Amino acid sequence: MSNAVKSISGTAVPVRGNDIDTDRIIPARFLRCVTFDGLGEHAFEDDRQQLKDAGDIHPFDEERFQAANVLVVNSNFGCGSSREHAPQAISKWGITAIVGVSFAEIFYGNNIALGIPCLQISVAEADALQSAIEADPSLVVTVDVENKQVRYGDTVLNAAIDDGPQKMYLSGNWDATGQLIDGAEEVKAKVAELPYVNGFA
Amino acid sequence: MSERTLFDKVWNLHSVRTLPSGQTQLFIGLHMIHEVTSPQAFAMLRERGLTVPYPERTVATVDHIVPTEDQSRPYADGLAEEMMVAIENNTSENKITLHNVGNGKQGVVHIVAPELGLTQPGMTVACGDSHTATHGAFGAIAFGIGTSQVRDVLATQTLAMSGLKVRKIQVDGELNPGVTAKDVILHIIRVLGVKGGVGFAYEFNGSTIHNMSMEERMTVCNMAIEGGARCGYINPDQTTFDYIKGREHAPSDANFDKAVAWWQSIASDSDAIYDDVVEFNAADIAPTVTWGITPAMAIAVDENIPATSDFPADDEALIKEAYDYMSLDAGQPIKGLGIDVAFIGSCTNGRISDLRAAAEVCKQHGGTVVDSVKAFVVPGSEQVKKEAEAEGLHEVFLKHGFEWREAGCSMCLAMNPDKLQGRQISASTSNRNFKGRQGSSTGRTLLMSPAMVALAALNGSVSDVRELEGVSA
Repeated sequence: MSNAVKSISGTAVPVRGNDIDTDRIIPARFLRCVTFDGLGEHAFEDDRQQLKDAGDIHPFDEERFQAANVLVVNSNFGCGSSREHAPQAISKWGITAIVGVSFAEIFYGNNIALGIPCLQISVAEADALQSAIEADPSLVVTVDVENKQVRYGDTVLNAAIDDGPQKMYLSGNWDATGQLIDGAEEVKAKVAELPYVNGFA
Repeated sequence: MSERTLFDKVWNLHSVRTLPSGQTQLFIGLHMIHEVTSPQAFAMLRERGLTVPYPERTVATVDHIVPTEDQSRPYADGLAEEMMVAIENNTSENKITLHNVGNGKQGVVHIVAPELGLTQPGMTVACGDSHTATHGAFGAIAFGIGTSQVRDVLATQTLAMSGLKVRKIQVDGELNPGVTAKDVILHIIRVLGVKGGVGFAYEFNGSTIHNMSMEERMTVCNMAIEGGARCGYINPDQTTFDYIKGREHAPSDANFDKAVAWWQSIASDSDAIYDDVVEFNAADIAPTVTWGITPAMAIAVDENIPATSDFPADDEALIKEAYDYMSLDAGQPIKGLGIDVAFIGSCTNGRISDLRAAAEVCKQHGGTVVDSVKAFVVPGSEQVKKEAEAEGLHEVFLKHGFEWREAGCSMCLAMNPDKLQGRQISASTSNRNFKGRQGSSTGRTLLMSPAMVALAALNGSVSDVRELEGVSA
């Protein structure tokens, strides 16, 4: 049921700031739900409202970024709570790839499960890319998982992605369930080896 | 790469096979679920026609959305009620044990599993909650996962995982009076930063750590994730074994020696190799308070709020954002800052020893919570509540002006009715001071130890617990 993710191109939206936590990406009150439906409209809700109240505007509210499918962030994006509601909200808003300086680990893993590649570039490169998008929102950004590159205009950035996740995206096996089920017999053997499973009897 | 650490040993023991991607298929010995991050996982199982092959290795409780005052059903919040019904149906259909409100064993998932003896050394532990790191206090490899991964554990009892590097955090020496496990971990995060642990498992070691009780160790490991480390752990020792013995799911007395031998075997070897080692001196740690919007924005209670120049240049915008959000300025003292709400509870500091410490401050102080402050105590579990009431702690809290509530996560993340209002400032024993974390999108949080929160409530402002007569470590 999975599909290969090799390269994603499109316009982009910059969300600036280090240590943007998942409470900010999707506030806890929106976790009162039994499906992930409808989370997209609430992505960054409190940040958006506060900027609006201050007479400013969040990139997710700017008309010029509404068609964007590449999100460009800074350091330690997605830290804090493990809530998958955060990448779900970003995904349902329309994002299909994320580029940033670094990502919190649980958030990163959640994005793998959704087939959304997260590629890493340097602090200066992320800042320059965000500025380029702000100057020209029609700029097409290519997130090339296969060649580990982020490209826009004449710029080609070498980007980092771990080999494991890269293979999962390229093979289309980013949804791990099927592969894990294939190991069911080995799991049974593992259970038999672990002494605590039977209370050390 | 690390070798012969507890992390390496437990990882290898639970490795089922290498997946085509190069990731490890890792067996999960203990899986915990709660009402917030599990309903979509069960929905995915149903969509794919999958079942739960090892239901006895998953245990459920309800904590995040549970009201701490009126617990009558149906809940006033229809969405919370829907989530309760979902977990009741999902666990019953899949033969998973649910510790529901009123069964005597309900509470914050990370408090319930250890007190039932479910958490044991050498296990892999996973839960759809980032504070799963707590269980590392027992020498388990315990980490938070997202909902798709909850689905994977339910369907296969395994996860696709990449390995971690191991950083030893060595803390030696005696803690000064008034300094607690909470101050130790806030200090570590302050020094190493909120992203310093990305890619690492943290091994907490040294005499300070091994002199701690299991409850204190849980406080330390609980906040490993706030330092960016997906898991934190402490090698099991006699304190660990003594805590587990006799609990409901502990190995029987007849098998206990065998269990201890295995638990000892999975501890890091004395010649283990680490990817990194960082040392701390316990004497350098003071009662610590956060002033900003990440847990690393922390200072000793008698320090002033730092300047942007005290942080990496790349964080300047973030630090300015913190001053602005908190309405605080560089150079200003944190001590004496007025508070509006005091919250004692959560998976970080909702255990019996935390409540004892807070009650002790009430007794030493002698006064009552100032009129302008709303203060409440939320025991971490029904068992903690029962124990506290047996000791009369609830009467101490009530007498000194604190509210005494039912067990749950409460205002740590404010998914239930307990919320800050507007710009209120809370002194909180929880783990996150993120913007909007405690239920008001403009609310402000100061993280500190239970003793410090109790004192702030009684004085109406941030106070130094060392100035209270008779305070011991």
